[in-house]
Amino acid sequence: MEQSWKKAKAVFAAALGPPLVWLVVFFVAPMAIVWAYSFGHNVGLTEISFTGTIANYARALEPLYLKIFVKSAWVAALTTALCLVIGFPVALAITFASQKAKTWLLLLVMLPFWTNLLIRTYALIAVLRTEGYVNQTFEWFWNLGAKVAPLGAYQPLELLHNNFAVILGLVYVHLPFMVLPLYSALDRLDKSLLEASLDLGAGHLRTLFRIVVPLALPGIASGVLITFIPALGAYLTPDLLGGPDSQMIANVIERQFKRANDWPFGAALSFLLMYLTFIAIAVQALLSKGRKKEGVG
Amino acid sequence: MTKRAPPGPLEYLRRWPIRLWLLAVGVFLYAPLIALMAFSFNDSRRNIVWKGFTLKYYEKAFNNDGLIEAFANSLTIAAVSTLLSVVLGAMVALALWRFRFSGKTVVDGALALPIVVPEICMGVGMLVFFAKVLPWPQGLVWPLNLGAIIIAHVTFSFPFVAVVVRARMASFNRELEEAARDLGAGEFRTIRDVILPHMTPSLVAGALLAFTLSLDDFVITFFTAGPDTVTFPVKVYSMVRFSVTPEVNAASTILIVLTVILTAVALKLQGDPAATAGAHGGDKA
Repeated sequence: MEQSWKKAKAVFAAALGPPLVWLVVFFVAPMAIVWAYSFGHNVGLTEISFTGTIANYARALEPLYLKIFVKSAWVAALTTALCLVIGFPVALAITFASQKAKTWLLLLVMLPFWTNLLIRTYALIAVLRTEGYVNQTFEWFWNLGAKVAPLGAYQPLELLHNNFAVILGLVYVHLPFMVLPLYSALDRLDKSLLEASLDLGAGHLRTLFRIVVPLALPGIASGVLITFIPALGAYLTPDLLGGPDSQMIANVIERQFKRANDWPFGAALSFLLMYLTFIAIAVQALLSKGRKKEGVG
Repeated sequence: MTKRAPPGPLEYLRRWPIRLWLLAVGVFLYAPLIALMAFSFNDSRRNIVWKGFTLKYYEKAFNNDGLIEAFANSLTIAAVSTLLSVVLGAMVALALWRFRFSGKTVVDGALALPIVVPEICMGVGMLVFFAKVLPWPQGLVWPLNLGAIIIAHVTFSFPFVAVVVRARMASFNRELEEAARDLGAGEFRTIRDVILPHMTPSLVAGALLAFTLSLDDFVITFFTAGPDTVTFPVKVYSMVRFSVTPEVNAASTILIVLTVILTAVALKLQGDPAATAGAHGGDKA
């Protein structure tokens, strides 16, 4: 039983006080200031006056920026879908592996996850760029073929600085985010249900879609959420791997703060991104709540 | 070799389509990193075709003062912010585990915010905060000049530590605490001799998490760092923007090796990753 805080006020204050003060001063206060800025406008170079205007939000919803929001959501959704499709068989294989293989496979999934994001992005640049490993390999084969048939000079594929590279990069970075929650959900499944389904004559695919997926749905939902949120707010991947037309919302926000120096507008964009994130979380929470009710009834 | 039985119905790992899939995913995840590490030893500036083994890019990286300074900054920030995060995270976890108070859900929710808020938004918040409210004095002696970044890192790390510690405390038997009290232990002693020992594995796990998060962070640091407080990711970012050079490969390889060592230590300390990977993955033997 939890203790009432009144029974040990000193301990309560000593334990909760410092973290709470830290959180309020260094997190809540900064976010509140950004929120206030989003209702202000620039006066001169560094002065911002709080006028309570919603002009920044109105501007954020103009077609130019709305398009970037929609695009970011699409890119994040596509990334999440790809991660799910790629990650599900991996999670399934890990779940039913022997204990020893399980340990190693999980380690293999987690290791890139622990590796620095910038290094992973840099590694992808080296693979994809015009003189990158992919183009090198293709050129080698091309030249091999050119000895037999006249193919002309090799035209390198433009793999970097486009939307393809951004999606590939986001999938590369976020795959472990999907596999780990999926594994954690699949691992808790009652395996006898699967065996029963197989015994009763259902094939593997049918068992997968009729038994495994419905039972693992909460885990799938949390994997989707955990992948979608960071992908939606991704900054580094579109910045380094994307081209001029692959800007995502985080890149626009960065530009407002670091180059365009329009803090109120950047603040409004940040809060819109934050609201989108909260909506995604709320939808997931509602869905899982609805499922629980169904399960009871 | 003995002849192996055909795969059982649920032994997906022994079926070839799944094996092929795993292999493809493995290549996808590892080939870029392995290529990056391999080419850090390549004796060619253009970094494409294998020309022979060399360590000269490591030498160059070690003689690159900017890079070394950034590396030292990153490690210092990670160490200090980990220490603070573990203390703050453990405190808030203890308070939330032990006490009942009005507004607990609010504290709970506020604590989750730094975890779910997009990095860019938090980075923006830090930029504004350190520009307008608490301008961090310029030109302080090292490592005090890193203060702003350390504060930012603690802010996003300690809620993660709190989550890990709370998960661990959920398995603590409250009667042990009561027994300690009955036997005459005071508050401090109960915490030190009864609660802390139970908490320790989660403190280690939380510390490793905080350390990696700090070492890994680019976006929030990018918004907090000044020109004289460059961290390793920020430095690599500015190098990568210009070109792909073997020097960056060498520096990255060192960090990857460091990460592998840290992960190995973490696993040694925590035991089986199969038991600790998922938040609830630990309920089997």
